[in-house]
Amino acid sequence: MAGATTLRLNTAGSFGQTRFEARAATRETPLVKWLSLGTALTFFAVFLLMPLIAVFVEALRKGWETYLTALIDPDALSALRLTLLAAAIALPLNLVFGVCAAWAIAKFEFRGKHFLITLIDLPFSVSPVIAGLVYVLLFGAQGWFGPWLAEHDVKIIFAVPGIVLATVFVTFPFIARELIPLMQAQGKEEEEAAVVLGASGLQTFWYVTLPNVKWGLLYGVILTNARAMGEFGAVSVVSGHIRGETNTLPLHVEILYNEYQFAAAFAVASLLALLALVTLGIKTWIEHRAAHAHQDLHEGQS
Amino acid sequence: MNTATLASPFPRPSAPPRLRVLPGFRLTLGYTLAYLSLLVLIPLAAVFLKTAELSFAEFRDVVTAPRVVASYKLSFGMSLLAAAINAVFGLMLAWALVRYSFPGKKLIDALVDLPFALPTAVAGIALTALYAKNGWIGQFLEPLGIQVAFKPLGVLVALVFIGLPFVVRTVQPILEDLDAELEEAATSLGAQRGQAFRHVILPIVFPALLTGFALAFARAVGEYGSVIFIAGNLPMVSEITPLMIITKLEQYDYTGATAIATVMLILSFALLLVINGLQAWTAKRTGRDR
Repeated sequence: MAGATTLRLNTAGSFGQTRFEARAATRETPLVKWLSLGTALTFFAVFLLMPLIAVFVEALRKGWETYLTALIDPDALSALRLTLLAAAIALPLNLVFGVCAAWAIAKFEFRGKHFLITLIDLPFSVSPVIAGLVYVLLFGAQGWFGPWLAEHDVKIIFAVPGIVLATVFVTFPFIARELIPLMQAQGKEEEEAAVVLGASGLQTFWYVTLPNVKWGLLYGVILTNARAMGEFGAVSVVSGHIRGETNTLPLHVEILYNEYQFAAAFAVASLLALLALVTLGIKTWIEHRAAHAHQDLHEGQS
Repeated sequence: MNTATLASPFPRPSAPPRLRVLPGFRLTLGYTLAYLSLLVLIPLAAVFLKTAELSFAEFRDVVTAPRVVASYKLSFGMSLLAAAINAVFGLMLAWALVRYSFPGKKLIDALVDLPFALPTAVAGIALTALYAKNGWIGQFLEPLGIQVAFKPLGVLVALVFIGLPFVVRTVQPILEDLDAELEEAATSLGAQRGQAFRHVILPIVFPALLTGFALAFARAVGEYGSVIFIAGNLPMVSEITPLMIITKLEQYDYTGATAIATVMLILSFALLLVINGLQAWTAKRTGRDR
């Protein structure tokens, strides 16, 4: 499932002709070009651009004052805190997992490797609603561990730990999926040389592997972060929607919206939309840097 | 017989002991398996074990109840339709981004990933605002008698939004790697541009296009956040299957919710296998690493 999200090394520039336009055989007649370009861009504008603009327009419909009031509302602030907390726990957990999984899979040969990669991909193909449901089945009042948890006065479902678990589940594969193909492509000669020369395992990873995969790693981290802060379905199932306690920002948007406080709902939503834009900005920057590093490497070799 | 002995004059050594220079294999693989089992595999197994508490007849009754069946039809039908729309327009968008130069191209290229990055609830309320009767787009559709928000058509719009980057991002790299010489050869052999597209480009792109279609479909079937705001959620009319799970959960019908989840999980696993197969086919067709 990660196929569509992995880091692209796009070295083609946007200025001047593309290499296809430079040749007669692959150039279109102006009519064909403008028709297909026009259709594609109209589709883009209607389905992607307009929703994005609508968020900000609706957020500011009642003016800046309403906008700011919605953002500094205590419930909004507590939702923001919980969102940051969930991301701050899920991110390092999945980072450590991603690095371990990529090291084992990319640097060693063992049976069942492809099957393991498929299993790591599983959370991508599971509906977020089911991601929440599984933890209700385990830790809910009627769940397997429900009675034991109630006895020991531990709350997981309808409490913060459940939200963190659901967040970890939906962001599970991102970092591993970025690192595995990158580290496989790098091979293991450099690491083996480092170990033979006396480096410890951690030194090898830190000084040899990490510099080679840093862009992919960073890319995985921002994807994980964006998904962790924006997750709705899975968190909705385990949250219980207790205002000021178990509401994340996306859930807060839903509550405001269902109470017909549209301007406030869109104000909070605009924060999340900004987060998405920042994520896309960093992603584009990373792709740019990675493409340059890639080019330098190839020019250095030739 | 003789040639065989001649070919290997030395006795075959038994398989050399596998030398592992790099450290940390047991630790990292062990951690990977433990973390994967605890957070993903055991919780998912809980779905099947919980469903096993039902007899087959009970299971069948839950998953074939009319309201649930109506939700499958909506979810799968609209997901297929949305993936098909995305396959067509996603291919055109990828084509435009690879083949043509135009102002703002970099920005548009970056924004294609918006549905990946934008929280689904935000997409949901934004689309609802656009397609409501007085919305930017809805006000023009209303006189034509087309209602989108709070109708099944709204589900389609949300699923198109969600699935678009999957098609663009799987097709785009294949188009970028395409050899211009292939089309030159086709043209010099007398092919029209349309023929060259149909007989030269499309066969090369097709596996990736199908992969993008399958990815968009898989994502759409499970999608929840962006759909529930715009769907209206009328029983039998505009309820998606993930919403049925939520509805059962809210009624504390855990086994009912789990039975429907089982049906969806089995479908997801089947799709995952299909997608893996398609990606292998794409890699083979184009000689690209996955």
